[in-house]
Amino acid sequence: MKYLDEYRNGEIAAKLVERIRRAQTKPWTIMEVCGGQTHSIVKNGIDHLLPEGIELVHGPGCPVCVTPLDMIDKAHAIARRTEVIFCSFGDMLRVPGSDGDLFSIKSRGGDVRVVYSPIDCLKIARANPYKEVVFFAIGFETTAPANAMLAWQARQMGLANVSLLVSHVLVPPAIEAILSSPENRVQGFLAPGHVCAVVGYREYEPLAARFHVPMVVTGFEPLDILEGVLMVVEQLESGRAEVENQYSRVLTRGGNIPAQDIIAKVFEVSDRKWRGVGTIPRSGFRLRDGFRALDAEHRFNVSAIDTREPEICIAGQILQGIKKPHDCPAFGTECTPQHPLGATMVSAEGACAAYYAYGRHLKGADLVSLEGGRA
Amino acid sequence: MSSSTTDKQPAMPPVFGECPLPIFDHPQIVLGHGSGGKLSAELIEKVFVRRFRNATLEKMDDQAQIEIGGARLAFTTDSFVVTPIFFPGGDIGTLAVNGTVNDLAVGGAKPLYLAAAFILEEGLPAEELERVVDSMARAAASAGVQFVTGDTKVVNRGKGDKLFITTTGIGVLDRATQISADRARPGDRILLSGFIGDHGITILSQREGLEFESALQSDCAALNGLVGAMLDAAEAAGNLGGIRAMRDPTRGGVATVLNEMADRSRTGIVLRESEIPVREAVRGACEMLGLDPLYVANEGKLVAIVAPEIAGHVLAAMQNHPLGCDSRLIGEVVEAHPGMVLMKTSVGGTRVVDVLFGEQLPRIC
Repeated sequence: MKYLDEYRNGEIAAKLVERIRRAQTKPWTIMEVCGGQTHSIVKNGIDHLLPEGIELVHGPGCPVCVTPLDMIDKAHAIARRTEVIFCSFGDMLRVPGSDGDLFSIKSRGGDVRVVYSPIDCLKIARANPYKEVVFFAIGFETTAPANAMLAWQARQMGLANVSLLVSHVLVPPAIEAILSSPENRVQGFLAPGHVCAVVGYREYEPLAARFHVPMVVTGFEPLDILEGVLMVVEQLESGRAEVENQYSRVLTRGGNIPAQDIIAKVFEVSDRKWRGVGTIPRSGFRLRDGFRALDAEHRFNVSAIDTREPEICIAGQILQGIKKPHDCPAFGTECTPQHPLGATMVSAEGACAAYYAYGRHLKGADLVSLEGGRA
Repeated sequence: MSSSTTDKQPAMPPVFGECPLPIFDHPQIVLGHGSGGKLSAELIEKVFVRRFRNATLEKMDDQAQIEIGGARLAFTTDSFVVTPIFFPGGDIGTLAVNGTVNDLAVGGAKPLYLAAAFILEEGLPAEELERVVDSMARAAASAGVQFVTGDTKVVNRGKGDKLFITTTGIGVLDRATQISADRARPGDRILLSGFIGDHGITILSQREGLEFESALQSDCAALNGLVGAMLDAAEAAGNLGGIRAMRDPTRGGVATVLNEMADRSRTGIVLRESEIPVREAVRGACEMLGLDPLYVANEGKLVAIVAPEIAGHVLAAMQNHPLGCDSRLIGEVVEAHPGMVLMKTSVGGTRVVDVLFGEQLPRIC
């Protein structure tokens, strides 16, 4: 398939792995920031292709994972209301709050709908003028333009029955928090391709310089990721710490200007709480004053909801690359996608869920069956 | 059931030594209980199997294989609820016939008779019902089966989604086949009868809120002819028992079916992603929505586990049949990692292909 097969070619992958092997003289720890990259790495088994000594650690870029528990509980409190049609991206539906998930609210009569685009909420709002349509606006810079467009168009159309529950977060402050931690062991980054497609990568340049860490803006296909790893390893081996763009077929340094414009019109930077990490200053978006009327937190008076996370969960350390899912005693036992204790087990993009789905059982002996057999 | 017994015999003490009922820890049924994934398995095990327990049921194949008066019969039932009821490549009627025919066929049976039960919602246009029943008649004739009994109920408007159909089928096991999910052995080959995901993505593309242009059609088809050709080939090679296990990968897709086979037979399975045929339109839609075609439903495909000695013959027979011309050998059964399906990915990596928990959910970005 166009633009897919080209980036999933096994022969080219083998050549890239060989180039990484030749470039590397010592062990390196590299973080892929985005949950989409984590998903691709485990789904394609890329972690098993890399030479020993190249360790990939999974970063904070899973929007479902970092949405704090109290925000989930706020969403559920709103979704339970009889006058509300609660709209969400699909993978938020199974995230458990203090009392069940959106699926269970739906089974008890709540009107919970999966939308593929936030703009679909406008259609739902027009068709249901006596209902309150609430969209759960979560995600990183990637989803911000479409979410902002929903608020913008709802106001333009005078749709008074639309509101947004906003829990938007930003990547650079999270990277800064990771690099500032005394426990940090990340030496290079695969920076998030889709986030940078929206906002560009200028903001990453001072971070790379200040912490002397290479950052390569990387795509999501297997060959993108292998090439990104190669570019980071080459920088590390030669002592460089620059921002490079592997994903140049999609993005430029300046990013997508119209997308940035709509974000700036609707959102402003604010402090945000990250699940498993805590509050990071200036790390997210909230609605600007002119859009405050569309803020579901105020409209449904749920601001006071505050929920504690289970203490056993090490999701915070996993999101910062300090620990891996296997390091958690609850992994695969007490904590599974069916009964997640923490953020990173809930979304398919979460490091724990990805390990659980695709890689948890893989041991050396099992891999032999893949090499030895023929059919 | 248990509650009425308790009502009649309140003083009855619990039977000593009987296992307690496994706890079904969902206060309500959620949609995921119908997904074919782990939630469905939990529902079946903890609510139904535990109460109905018997050796035939516990085989958990797509059909029950029973003996009556010396005749070996296959027996199955399936309910059909699909929105929209008409879609490219078929409708709820063709699904209801072919689905039940296929559940019999993949057990090696020759499907013979069907029963149909209709739940109609008040207000359903009679013309639509007639179109569906016409399709059923055509599909039955083409599959060589007859409807011999049925039932109809009408529910209030809003209490049903236009039309639900349940079909029950009976067939005869007229050859010395021994097909069951627990018979896979190390070294066996895994055959797939063609492109996967066509049905699921066709339905998805028609759903409200997700209309997208696509030339895709459901693959809905009766597989008894294809299975017959496979059994002929195995028989001609002198090894009918070499067809070990067969399933039609409907909801839950190929991944779920293979996991069931690995689990039931306590063997491992290794797939090669590059050998699994997926149409460009299906791959495109799956990429866009963050879905995996291995878990998407099919309605006219089968997966077979076949002894290595006859795999070539059976594959050739499949490829010579109009419904199997894109058949491929996609992997094999191994001794290692019993109960688990691994896949060698196109780029040369390795991953586990697990059973999903509930429904496959589109990812955010």
